[in-house]
Amino acid sequence: MPLATLWLQKLRLDVGWLPTDPSDNLTSFAGRTPMQIALEARNLVKQYPGVVAVNDVSFTVAEGVCFGLLGPNGAGKTTTVEIIEGVTPATSGEVYYFGEVAGRRFREEAGIQFQDTALQDYLTVRETLEMFQRLYDRQADLDRIIADCSLGDLLDRDNRKLSGGQRQRLFLAVALVNEPRLVFLDEPTTGLDPQARRNFWTLVQRIQANGTTIILTTHYMDEAHVLCDEIAIMDTGKIITSGPPDELLRNRYDGLVIELPLEDLAGNLDGIEHAVYENQGIVEIMSTDVSKSLEVLAPRVANLNRIKIRQPNLEDLFLDLTGHSLRS
Amino acid sequence: MMLKRIYAVFLARNREFMRDRGTLAWNILMPVILVFGLAFVFGGEGRNQYTVGVLQSSGEIDAAEHPFLESRYIEFVPVTDEADGFRKVERHRLDLLVRFAGERRYWVNPESPRGYFAERLLLQSDAAVGGQMQKARVIGDPIRYVDWVLPGILGMNMMFSCLFGVGYVVVRYRKNGFLKRLRATPLQPHEFIMAQVASRLMLVMIVTAFVYLATHLILDTRMDGSYLTLLLVAAVGCISMVSLGLLIAARVTSEELAGGLLNMISWPMMILSGVWFSLEGAGPAVQGLAKAFPLTHILESARAVMLDGATIVDIAPSMIMLTLLSLVFLALGAHYFRWGPD
Repeated sequence: MPLATLWLQKLRLDVGWLPTDPSDNLTSFAGRTPMQIALEARNLVKQYPGVVAVNDVSFTVAEGVCFGLLGPNGAGKTTTVEIIEGVTPATSGEVYYFGEVAGRRFREEAGIQFQDTALQDYLTVRETLEMFQRLYDRQADLDRIIADCSLGDLLDRDNRKLSGGQRQRLFLAVALVNEPRLVFLDEPTTGLDPQARRNFWTLVQRIQANGTTIILTTHYMDEAHVLCDEIAIMDTGKIITSGPPDELLRNRYDGLVIELPLEDLAGNLDGIEHAVYENQGIVEIMSTDVSKSLEVLAPRVANLNRIKIRQPNLEDLFLDLTGHSLRS
Repeated sequence: MMLKRIYAVFLARNREFMRDRGTLAWNILMPVILVFGLAFVFGGEGRNQYTVGVLQSSGEIDAAEHPFLESRYIEFVPVTDEADGFRKVERHRLDLLVRFAGERRYWVNPESPRGYFAERLLLQSDAAVGGQMQKARVIGDPIRYVDWVLPGILGMNMMFSCLFGVGYVVVRYRKNGFLKRLRATPLQPHEFIMAQVASRLMLVMIVTAFVYLATHLILDTRMDGSYLTLLLVAAVGCISMVSLGLLIAARVTSEELAGGLLNMISWPMMILSGVWFSLEGAGPAVQGLAKAFPLTHILESARAVMLDGATIVDIAPSMIMLTLLSLVFLALGAHYFRWGPD
């Protein structure tokens, strides 16, 4: 699909995420597309002995959007998603799928790509896809999925002989065999090289362009920014903020980020009136007036060539909200 | 739709099994090697003394009744059921059957060399007390040890294949997350279980039939009953074993634990169910315990069909017991079954 079409599709879905609301049918801001609540998680709690993995999490996802659940490892993303998927029982809380308690219809219409899973040994890619497709009443066009997921050359290959990227594409294809209305992608690009990650993003955008609702969990902020119409950031089992990524950044930040290595800083930062963070040996200065900030900084920095100026991103937002890095 | 889903998992499991060449080869080769090995080791005269049944009303043998009863190197076993005694002489499980109470008589199978020598010894002893023993004949074909042990080996192979082939695999599926993946589909636990039972049943029946035919053709093993009845015994027995394997694997998440549990079940069953040796000499407690094992019923039924020509009616009690055990195992297995380690 041409990039322009994808971009237009994203524009159409830009208002996809909605706050928890009991009403099922809503109208988009543009007033053109009636939007249904595809999924609602209501007050989800998951308690293990001594740990509350998911702490009263609620959100809704409108049909056709890509919703990202972000946070560091151990934030409770996967547990939240697995409760919704029905593979992990919740301590309390409910999940609704198109207005009804998630049950058989949900299983029939949802496609799930787990973060960590296995397939049967000795089966080929084609046999694996056929096996999973037979488990559903809903049937997708397998040839189209094979083409979309670039599996055409791998159909007769044993599952065990696939590379990491090929396996992820197969997992995604398995999640699509029932022509799902809702797809869960749990850390789909973890472990992939940069090229494979970008190829995977294109694939996800293609699925979304077909109107499929996507729930993506990831700890890659760039991935979320590229793919998601709306995000919710989780930390220690709770959602700490949510909304469209650009809107969250716009509301939070008014300026640019100046980065420099801590070791290059010869003096202190007295006189820098903007927010300052130290993150893994890098000093980050949030500035609304970059020229003035650089003027103040210049005499105190040993190597000006290593200064970077960039737009604030979701990682900054997370750091700002929680006080610790996403990868900590 | 349910059948389609069952078929999907059934087909995938079959392919996985058939393409795992090592396991497949072991499943076929191991019992064949055992049959031939045991036929070689025990094919000669395994016993170093004669066995003579003493027909009498009580279980105690009084050696003072006849000098023959004082003979060395002869094992005297009390026989209270005349028909059972005749059958054992026919089947060469007794070399001679004697009766000293009332009319003194003995029964010998004229086709048995061992019976001939036992008879000589009896007549020699009897001559010393006036020669009153009357002779009667019981005719039958000899049963070799390989005839007797073949059902045991087939049953044992079935047991290991079902218990480990299903129990161990389900635990591995659970551990590596494949079951969790299936749980996220419309597949129900009972559908998954039925697919596993059907898949293993088919594979075990094929392997068992192959091993049976190979040994039957080469060693000319005995088959007095109906092949259909034997097939029924194998099928019902296989289902009970698969069900037991599924029950053991219903919740376990560690392959090591599964291995331990499966060994804990399979080894006592192999020893107490009479795979290698008859349980005729075992105490009532051991025999009672053995009755709780599916393998015991499988072997008793298979031997009855193959060696005695038993019909479905004859083996019905064992078939009913196996069916009940299967139902209990399947119900408990489905109840306790869980997809993931959580």
